[in-house]
Amino acid sequence: MKLTISDIDHIADMARLHLTEDEKTLYAEQLSLVLEYVEMLNEVDTVGVEETCQVTGLEDVVRDDVVKKCDEEVRNHIIAQFPVKVGDLLKVKAVFTAD
Amino acid sequence: MYLLTLPNLPMSVLNQLTITEARKGLDNGDFSSVELTTACLDRIKERNEEINAFITITEDLAMEEARKADEKISRGEQEKLTGIPYSVKDAICVKGVRSTASAKILDNYIPPYDATVISRIRAQGAVLVGKTNCDAFGHGASNENSMYGPVRNPHDPSKVAGGSSGGAAASVADNQCVFAIAEDTGGSIRQPASFCGVYGLRPSYGRNSRYGIMPMASSFDTVGPIAKSVEDIAILMEVMAGSDPKDATTVPDVVPRYREEVRNGKREAGSLRVGIPKEYMELEGLSVEVKHIIETQIEMLRQKGATIVDVSLPHTKYAIAVYYIAVPSEDSSNLGRIDGIRYGVQSDMDTLYDTYTHSREHGFPDEVKRRIMVGTYALSAGYYDAYYRKAQKVRTLIRQDFDNVFNEVDVLITPTSPFPAFGIGEKKDDVLAMYLADVFVSPASVAGIPGLSVPVGKIENELPVGMQIMGPRLAESRVLQVADLVTKLRNN
Repeated sequence: MKLTISDIDHIADMARLHLTEDEKTLYAEQLSLVLEYVEMLNEVDTVGVEETCQVTGLEDVVRDDVVKKCDEEVRNHIIAQFPVKVGDLLKVKAVFTAD
Repeated sequence: MYLLTLPNLPMSVLNQLTITEARKGLDNGDFSSVELTTACLDRIKERNEEINAFITITEDLAMEEARKADEKISRGEQEKLTGIPYSVKDAICVKGVRSTASAKILDNYIPPYDATVISRIRAQGAVLVGKTNCDAFGHGASNENSMYGPVRNPHDPSKVAGGSSGGAAASVADNQCVFAIAEDTGGSIRQPASFCGVYGLRPSYGRNSRYGIMPMASSFDTVGPIAKSVEDIAILMEVMAGSDPKDATTVPDVVPRYREEVRNGKREAGSLRVGIPKEYMELEGLSVEVKHIIETQIEMLRQKGATIVDVSLPHTKYAIAVYYIAVPSEDSSNLGRIDGIRYGVQSDMDTLYDTYTHSREHGFPDEVKRRIMVGTYALSAGYYDAYYRKAQKVRTLIRQDFDNVFNEVDVLITPTSPFPAFGIGEKKDDVLAMYLADVFVSPASVAGIPGLSVPVGKIENELPVGMQIMGPRLAESRVLQVADLVTKLRNN
């Protein structure tokens, strides 16, 4: 599978990564090599084989659906890390735009 | 290591002690935790500029914890790790201590809580000397993907320390601390442990809590110890292991008394069945010197009466391919949260979209970007079945290979890495060559079984070689018993 620059643009958009033109060229080449390498999986007959989604065998691990209060000190630490804030609130750019 | 029977230990060698030796000395009053900690900090200061094992050195905290530990010991309240200096990989959260995961996007990140394994270690009064360098978010096998510079191998600074936990392994091998806590997704504890000549255990998936570990691939990630002896690994597992309500994938199985099981359930070679997977020993690219050293260990076990069985794990050659689809897929999803919005370093842009894309552009190194992109692609509409689902099916076949051979043998023995530590820069631009460095360590990760790297020799008296012992799920005790046997046979 050979990836084009426009494939890379699409993937980078989905991955929310800004890339330079040089990075696009480099990644197109490197990602193509990786995808070419993993094509060896097609040699393996997996008809009727179940997927491995976990290895512990645990099922339905649940806890009581109870809201626990955040420790005040932890809360203050979390708020102190906000890159941009107004009071105790996290400030972000507008999510929805006019167009 | 150093023999504690000598009177009047010079303080300058305290940092070379194992946990067991340091425990004895501290409890006998031969030296204090403050003295032991000072010896480690002095070593770090002397060596960090060259080796670069530490991103953050926590000197003030260490001295404070050491003083508290000395008080605890003087009251006779010491536990296994009280007063013992250790390091923590920078991708593991320690409350109040900068934890960057070696990526600039978290350059200013100070976790508000401890990872569960760390809180267990801290509760015992162990002494944190610093956070260790690694490949950013654990992505790599050479520590060259760190945004804080590569870690250099203490045995030869022109060589890599291995990765991703290169700083952790180097910090122990270079006696900058007594033990290290690190994380192993696809070999990140075992491979650097082998390159640096120390012991490193990847526990079974689910044995140790992952809470507070910066997630890489959630169905592969494990947290484990790097140390200077088998007994130290056993002690650390006793403290770290066990279920955690904050990690629903931890297993409820009782934590064995690993140290006693190693001591009392000592393996005699005569009762041991060791499997040697031909896919590993016949790999093209396996260094002749590494192969020779591993074969020497196998021969030693055979002469002592162990039954050596040639086994086959036919799907081994697909493990790297499975790994490099499944892991980047989980990576790309996990790292979605690292966007500079709620914590970390944010790029100041006009729109929300540009804030995300530029914060991530500047804050991630190349390898992180590549993995996010491979994963995003493998999970995208139209490709999910061909890549992710296919890889998860082959993963099942790899697990079945292991299940089958463990019906025949107690443990598997392989080299940890096909070659010793390579030169800094040697493989940096060859993405696939770097991925293939994990060829012997990724299968255990794919299967979720334990693997321990044991130092078993050096090439030309310089570069260490590690031997990997793998066991069935939750058979850490058995793996440690065999490691103990090998170590003792080598020392006799």
